[in-house]
Amino acid sequence: MFLDNADVRKVARLARLAMNETEIEAARLQLSGIFTLIAEMQAVDTRGIAPMSHAQDLSQRLREDAVTETNQRELFQSLAPKYKGSPQVEAGLYLVPQVIE
Amino acid sequence: MTWEIVIGLEVHAQLSTSSKIFCGASTAFGAEPNTQADAVSIALPGVLPVLNKGAVERAIRFGLAVGAHIAPRSVFARKNYFYPDLPKGYQISQFDLPVVGNGQVVIHVPASGKAEAYEKVVRLTRAHLEEDAGKSLHEDFHGMTGIDLNRAGTPLLEIVSEPDMRSADEAVAYAKALHTLVQWIGICDGNMQEGSFRCDVNVSVRRPGAPLGTRREIKNLNSFKFMQQAIDYEVQWQVDTLVNGGAIHQATVLFNPDTGETRSMRSKEEAHDYRYFPDPDLLPLDISEEWKEQIRATLPELPQAKQARYVNELGLSAYDASILTASREMAGFFETALHILLPSPQSSPASGRGSERENQSSISAKLCANWIMGEVNAQLNRDGLDMTQCPISAQQLGGILQRIADNTISNSGAKEVFRAMWVEGGEADAIIEAKGLKQVSDSGAIEALVDEIIAANADKVTEYRSGKDKLFGFFVGIAMKASKGKANPAQLNEVLKRKLAG
Repeated sequence: MFLDNADVRKVARLARLAMNETEIEAARLQLSGIFTLIAEMQAVDTRGIAPMSHAQDLSQRLREDAVTETNQRELFQSLAPKYKGSPQVEAGLYLVPQVIE
Repeated sequence: MTWEIVIGLEVHAQLSTSSKIFCGASTAFGAEPNTQADAVSIALPGVLPVLNKGAVERAIRFGLAVGAHIAPRSVFARKNYFYPDLPKGYQISQFDLPVVGNGQVVIHVPASGKAEAYEKVVRLTRAHLEEDAGKSLHEDFHGMTGIDLNRAGTPLLEIVSEPDMRSADEAVAYAKALHTLVQWIGICDGNMQEGSFRCDVNVSVRRPGAPLGTRREIKNLNSFKFMQQAIDYEVQWQVDTLVNGGAIHQATVLFNPDTGETRSMRSKEEAHDYRYFPDPDLLPLDISEEWKEQIRATLPELPQAKQARYVNELGLSAYDASILTASREMAGFFETALHILLPSPQSSPASGRGSERENQSSISAKLCANWIMGEVNAQLNRDGLDMTQCPISAQQLGGILQRIADNTISNSGAKEVFRAMWVEGGEADAIIEAKGLKQVSDSGAIEALVDEIIAANADKVTEYRSGKDKLFGFFVGIAMKASKGKANPAQLNEVLKRKLAG
């Protein structure tokens, strides 16, 4: 009742998830369950309570501005996705399928 | 019927930290591809962001400089979209709780055509911290795209204005004011070629008094000239479209400097559905009153305050004041040179001499301003240098101006000293001595010179005395020439006038 299959399809597309109709129906039921829970929570009086953005009531620790990383390009690029046995890298760049604008 | 142009800007200023916003990789520009892309920058599984204190400090500095609200608690959010130069699949940004809230910037819009120069306040909606994406290189790698993630994670401050600007001139004046400010307070190097300061311009048109029209956003302008051209073209396009019965659809457009046109980027309908949510990897950012005040104490005098002081205390025009505060280096140069000319402007003068002292400081300030905006700037432009590369120091210039002020040299003599100093260096007094530029202020010598001229030009003296006043210039000319240009002009005039009167 909160969501229809079109909503699920839209969210799946935004998240780049390929889902068939059975999966969409299952996801709709699960997601609707979450909405039901939210509806129950809406009934609680939260006036005067500041919303939290994180489950822990702590504050972000900060790092001094200093360069601490060294160049590990070779290591990282050896882990890049492979094509015909070799990592998809060239001239220091990671290669990806062409992006057409 | 006329159209009103409505413009708002989003500026991305790259913050001048040494390391990235959420990890310890370097932000240095121009490194070999991916040599500054560590595990966090390339989004390996399991990595966690740790916020850079230097980036937060710079955001606070900016907020204080524009009189904005600094949020005691702000929140980082994920902005979700897919693009290969964004390996996490989301950009860490801020959404409903940005670090900087409502502020304002005063802009100076220069005179153009018949319109006079004016000041205007542009309101800032917010400024928030976020990370930059990497770079996609679309040159052909066997039909693939190359990705360089060195820039990924570089700290940005996105500064969002209200739609307060009403012309391309105002938009450019605002962008320039921000560009000056971020460098002035030391949070961004302002290098537009390297992408350290990028502008997105939202443009719409409407009939005066009508509700806001639909806007189109011109993305990624990295020069003020292109901004002017892009806005002019876009406004004309929107007006033509509406006049011809068309409608404007919200879109993102790119400016092509080669054709001078703006063109819509192809984008899908859902492209703007970023599904922001608080990043669970980052706790809320708390900024204490104490930290804020510590940062406030380190802020330099701001351009706007300096301009007001130059106008109110030094008697300079608003125009001169705005030119002299175009950069902190320029203002520093002016103040150092002026200090040499007027060693203690703060010392309170004896009673009754206040206005004299004020007058003196105003004359000195004007002399100083004229030289910096005139000779110094012209020579810098000719040599393609900026203020930081000026071969003459403010102290050296002050030395020249001192000798103009105490009548040791004439203005033209001073220009000769300036030219010699520019090329060969040295101090004003030594150059004046070496070139024999000291002007004659000995009244006996000037009187003798004038007597000689009067004796040698008896016929002209008679004409002058019978009412041909214009001949005065002739006498000044030959007297100056006779003194080899060294006679003190004011004194010479006075003596000539007196003696010619008979």
